[in-house]
Amino acid sequence: MDTNVNSIVEVEQRRRRSPFWSRLSELDRLNSWHEWKGYTSADALYDADLEYFAIRNSTGVFDLTPMTKYRIKGADALDYVDRLVTRDMRKIKPGRVAYAVWCNDQGQVIDDGTLFHLREGEYRLCSQERHLAWLTAAAVGLDVQITEETDEIAALAVQGPTSFSVMKNMGFDALESLKPFGLTHFEFEGSELMISRTGFTGDLGYELWIDKSRAEALWDALFDAGKLHGIRAIGTHALDLARIEAGFLAAGVDFLPADTTVRSGRSRSPFELGLDWLVDFKKPNFNGRRALAEEKRRGSNWRLVKLDIEGNKPAHHSYVYARKNGRRKQAGFITSACWSPVCKQNVALGTVATPYGEVGDELLVEIYYQREMHWSRVMAKATVVDKPFWDPLRRRATPPGAY
Amino acid sequence: MLALPMFQADRADQYKMKTYDAIVVGAGHNGLTNAAFLAKAGLDVLCVEKNDYIGGATVSRNLYKDWIYSNCSYVCSLLRPEIFRALELHRHGLQITPYGGGVTFLQNGGYFGSYWDSEVAHREYARFSKHDADAYERYSADVMRQCRFIRDSLLRTPPDPTSFKPRDLKELAHLGSRFLEMGEDRMLDTIRFWTMSVAEYLDEYFETDVIKTAHSGSGIIGTALGIHSPGTAYVLLHHYMGEVDGNVGSWGYARGGMGAVSKAMAGAFQAYGGELRTDAGVEQITVRNGRVKGVALTSGEEIDAKIVVSGMDVKCTFLKCMDKNDLPAEFYQRVNNFKIRGSSGKLNIALDGMPTFPALPGKSPLLDGDMHFIDSMERMERAYDDWKEGRWSKDPYIDMVIPTVTDPTMAPPGKHFMSCFVQYCPYMIEGRTWTAPEREAFGQTVINQIANYSPDFKDLILHVEIRTPEDIEREAGLSEGNIFHGELTMDQLLFNRPVPGYAQYRGPVGGLYMCGSSAHPGGGVMAAPGANAAREILLDLKRKSTIPGNFGDD
Amino acid sequence: MTDRFDAIVIGAGHNGLVCAALLGKAGKSVLVLEAASDVGGAARTRAFADGYSVSSCAHLLSQLQPDVVKDLNVKFDLAAREIGTVALAADGNHVRYGGSKVEGVSSADQSSLQEFHQRMTRFADLLQKYLNKPPPRLANGRPRDLMTLAQLGFDIRRLGKTEMREFLRLIGMNIFDEVEERFESALLRGALSLDAVLGTHLGPRSPNTILTYLYRLCGSHGALSVPAGGMGAVSEALANSARDHGVVIRTGMPVKRVIVENGRAAGVETESGESFSSWTVVSNADPKTTIMSLVGARHVETGFVRRIQNIRMRGNAAKLHLALDGLPAIHGLEKREFGDRLLIAPDPHYVERAFNPAKYGETSPAPVLEITIPSFRDTRLAETGKHVLSAIVQYAPYKLKSGWNDEARNAFREVAIDTIAAYAPDLRQRIVASELLTPADLETEFRLTGGHWHHGELTLDQFLFVRPVAGFAQYRMPLEGLWLCGAGAHPGGGISGAAGRNAAGMILAGHKAA
Repeated sequence: MDTNVNSIVEVEQRRRRSPFWSRLSELDRLNSWHEWKGYTSADALYDADLEYFAIRNSTGVFDLTPMTKYRIKGADALDYVDRLVTRDMRKIKPGRVAYAVWCNDQGQVIDDGTLFHLREGEYRLCSQERHLAWLTAAAVGLDVQITEETDEIAALAVQGPTSFSVMKNMGFDALESLKPFGLTHFEFEGSELMISRTGFTGDLGYELWIDKSRAEALWDALFDAGKLHGIRAIGTHALDLARIEAGFLAAGVDFLPADTTVRSGRSRSPFELGLDWLVDFKKPNFNGRRALAEEKRRGSNWRLVKLDIEGNKPAHHSYVYARKNGRRKQAGFITSACWSPVCKQNVALGTVATPYGEVGDELLVEIYYQREMHWSRVMAKATVVDKPFWDPLRRRATPPGAY
Repeated sequence: MLALPMFQADRADQYKMKTYDAIVVGAGHNGLTNAAFLAKAGLDVLCVEKNDYIGGATVSRNLYKDWIYSNCSYVCSLLRPEIFRALELHRHGLQITPYGGGVTFLQNGGYFGSYWDSEVAHREYARFSKHDADAYERYSADVMRQCRFIRDSLLRTPPDPTSFKPRDLKELAHLGSRFLEMGEDRMLDTIRFWTMSVAEYLDEYFETDVIKTAHSGSGIIGTALGIHSPGTAYVLLHHYMGEVDGNVGSWGYARGGMGAVSKAMAGAFQAYGGELRTDAGVEQITVRNGRVKGVALTSGEEIDAKIVVSGMDVKCTFLKCMDKNDLPAEFYQRVNNFKIRGSSGKLNIALDGMPTFPALPGKSPLLDGDMHFIDSMERMERAYDDWKEGRWSKDPYIDMVIPTVTDPTMAPPGKHFMSCFVQYCPYMIEGRTWTAPEREAFGQTVINQIANYSPDFKDLILHVEIRTPEDIEREAGLSEGNIFHGELTMDQLLFNRPVPGYAQYRGPVGGLYMCGSSAHPGGGVMAAPGANAAREILLDLKRKSTIPGNFGDD
Repeated sequence: MTDRFDAIVIGAGHNGLVCAALLGKAGKSVLVLEAASDVGGAARTRAFADGYSVSSCAHLLSQLQPDVVKDLNVKFDLAAREIGTVALAADGNHVRYGGSKVEGVSSADQSSLQEFHQRMTRFADLLQKYLNKPPPRLANGRPRDLMTLAQLGFDIRRLGKTEMREFLRLIGMNIFDEVEERFESALLRGALSLDAVLGTHLGPRSPNTILTYLYRLCGSHGALSVPAGGMGAVSEALANSARDHGVVIRTGMPVKRVIVENGRAAGVETESGESFSSWTVVSNADPKTTIMSLVGARHVETGFVRRIQNIRMRGNAAKLHLALDGLPAIHGLEKREFGDRLLIAPDPHYVERAFNPAKYGETSPAPVLEITIPSFRDTRLAETGKHVLSAIVQYAPYKLKSGWNDEARNAFREVAIDTIAAYAPDLRQRIVASELLTPADLETEFRLTGGHWHHGELTLDQFLFVRPVAGFAQYRMPLEGLWLCGAGAHPGGGISGAAGRNAAGMILAGHKAA
């Protein structure tokens, strides 16, 4: 137990700085920060819109360090992760990464995250929220150690069409054969650098993971290599636009971690989040299995929908209505919305009660917007779509195109 | 400092001939709330108070030079915002300011801080255990769920489960539906929560003794139970269900001390046309033909009223101020057996300056809030063992605050008022009354414990007021000095409070009502019993209710 | 895999035997596997010294459910029935009581006890009804569960306004306040307090001790009997009944694990490596042993495991056995009263003080005791003229700070003997042999986690709907084919057979549905 008196300064310091702080603050022109799990994180550094286009046209670099990271290690590591998440982890070989959700006993999603199969018997779990208490509880009876390494591992998302070229410039030619959701290791400044072909943007991109002592060196090398490829540091606003276009869920926004909801009916099952493909009933016991099997039989209460909305007013905080017997009925609400600059589409993610929200259904979205102080309201038609709004071929091409 | 336009005893003659609509006995915060709501409904209300100051246990007292002591209750959170708003207490000077910090000092020279900011708090927990830091989120969600369940009931009259009256059935159904709404798993968790001990409840979340200890204090404050006694998890909730401006669970100071609360309530009462008399102790609540007739004051004066509302605890009301023959035997017996135990004492201290706590350097925000010196569950429980033997705890649990850190009105600049709530302290020492040396020794026990963590503390002491449960009973009128007007155990909660069959604020005699904390939902400066009793009275009088409902969904 | 059975019961404790017998009676092929060399679990007779035997754990019978005896036609003899209780006084002015009658106290106390006993037995009868059926689910909407819930509500209401209020008030209360209010005699108060806290981690001041008191009264209103041949004879009788119904009982067969195939229980494997298959595995082991050791946490869910781990089951009762070459003299005790139950609990404060150290992992310096001398009525336990003394000694916490070693065990045994010797000065001269079983010993000896007789503390937060854990009070565990039938399940401990009987009912209903 560390009861060192000096630690008061560390504890009371309102916000912590990531290992990339020196570089980020140097590039920052806006002084617009927010808090992310205790860290100071940039809303935007120069201009959110331009930063967004870096993701879609060249390369955007986002500081991922505050993401919660755990190291899962031990003889039973595979059994452990397989029991933890709903997905069949036996299929995820070393060097592969899996997007996964994990549930409580009631089959409600605690969080989503990525599981990196680093090597035999060793994983990294990366998620929005902190779950050590749950992860420890899930380890009872298994030979596995779980360590939080959020503060020790610095991480960057390097996303955009030119990201492979940047990587190549850094000397990581081997990435050429790395498929989406693959990972590989390099040596960098005497330290192990893990690179995964993953991201939260729906575009070609990589995530870089390294000991925090090498953070600045990595940043410098990266920006040096990207000089001619339009590399640009980006903030959360740009990333958020990109992830909505890609149809990715944000914990705490599009769903709430089940164990911390207070009111009944505010948590969601994987089915209700449209993540049926992540639930594998063919594998043995996993947490939430019984409840999910029951839900499969009985039907779900909610459905997460991707909406293509007419017009150009983003549907922030909107109610969603459906038509039933010729009458308008409140069916749900929007959780994330934006005007998509690449698709030139008004898009949103929302939650509606079943049976509404099947692909192709037409719903209504009540949008309020303000023009010169005055508020207006439109009831916009919205179509439930199946595919992500933005899903370019270059995202999956292997070898990646040299843009 | 409480310059209210009060009526003096020598002007009493003019009341003799009059019959009031209602007399409220006791100008504590519940009596005043009740009186104010009745007056607001247009009733002709008199509120009588035995002391020459109002407030009961919600007082600011000037006992030493320019210092003002919140010498009974000392922090505020439970006061229902619906009542604050309905009585417009801000117009009568009440301001509640939340405090952000809180700390438990450790015997090894360290500390465990409680921070307002959730991220900083997380980091602080993680300093002891990363597991516990994460577990806290589940813990607070689970406790908040129980809070929502109980908060909904605060401004409602408990149903009588034995009754078939439509209103009781409706209220039972409401309670049932709130329960069912949780879903089966959380219903079962609720059953467990309400019956568990706080220690065992915390064991299910946390692994660190210090963290558990810091949380467990709320499970025993004002209670004659130990942290291992089943039922104390609920007591924790009782201290957690309050709020300051929607921040559920946070506590604050009333600017000017807790007397500001009763002063504002009295202001509202008088603004609605109510009459307030101090120095008017009630000798007896008089009964004629099975209905209340009025009150007889200790001065011999008698005042008539159609309704008498007692803000005193049930023991005071029925055993001291009523004729046994006027009461049903079974009821009398129940009241006699009502558990209302003194378990806490108080030290109010005037300080010449801010004491330093070497564990916390400089101006730590942790000093803004409640400070504690018990750092293990074992010490916590051992403190209770002393009480069971009829002695004050040798190593007590102290809930200490220095409100003058943020409130400039209670002490001269640079000087401070320190309030020390002390658990446990018995009403009687081994079955007999306290002696003066014992009182001093009790005070010294507390001072010594604090001095262990603050070397300059003793030198800064200018004046100390030591209050044992016996003193609290004598001054504030709380039987046995119990701060809650009765233990918050399951057998004395909800429809069992104060006694089964009388949980709806009506006494066993026509026209007699109970509005003190002996009634649902119990003690703390909450004012809910006072408001709920007023609602029942107005219902009986077929008058329009002036009492607000819950804000709901919070 | 070798043989296939309709059901396999792990453990031949009395509940396991009851469950197995009822399944057998319903025509199922049942195998019972018992780790020890004979049946009975904690309800066994033990030869602890040459020529001296004694009931190894519980030594009095009071809760055995009449329905169990009737359904299974269990036959055993009683050496004594409805024995009295003597609350020992240092000065020899003992208080004697049994049922609603009491001697040695004021007439006011006599009528108070009558009233108290009447009320308590009425409440116990209400409870009793629900101990003998599986707890209803609270919110699954099934008509049967709703009916049971409605029935419960109705039964409580049917007590009448006054009694219903009293029931709702008392159910969460402590015994201390109740006896303080009612009785003048400290000895009587102490004795009733002890009755309420026997076998628990509670002191008389702890809320919930009215519940534990009521629980004792369920079955036979607290009437106590001494089985002839010790408690083992009862278990033997249950085993015989089971065998009559075709149940195969194999002793000396400790189960290593429950075999899990494709996410369901498929049989068991013994320590010796033998496997037996069945789609129904019933565990009479306590819930922690069952889930954590036999099944393995990985085969069930995390939240469930967390709940199982949180079950409070740390024993506090030690068992003292003395082999005596003759009856000791106890001041003021008549010869015939040596066959009664003797209590050392002079007043409730004494009991509470005995409890205090248990909270900190220490043994009571002045313990409370429930003493019987079963040999007084039962010649099978010792030669004529010789006697065995069997005493439950509290408090001896399972998690002793110093750890349970020989030194700690011997020290507490001496404290216990000294405590009795204060009433029976020649006791030490009579002792031929002695043993003290601490909760740690009970754990190893009887495979009871924490050495807890009840397979889990009996308090409201581990009772009825939430026993053993929330959501799983209906004997069915969250691994398909796995059931619980021991005291860890509803309604709880004591030699009652209710858990085994209820479990059998649910298993048979489940088979029918399948």
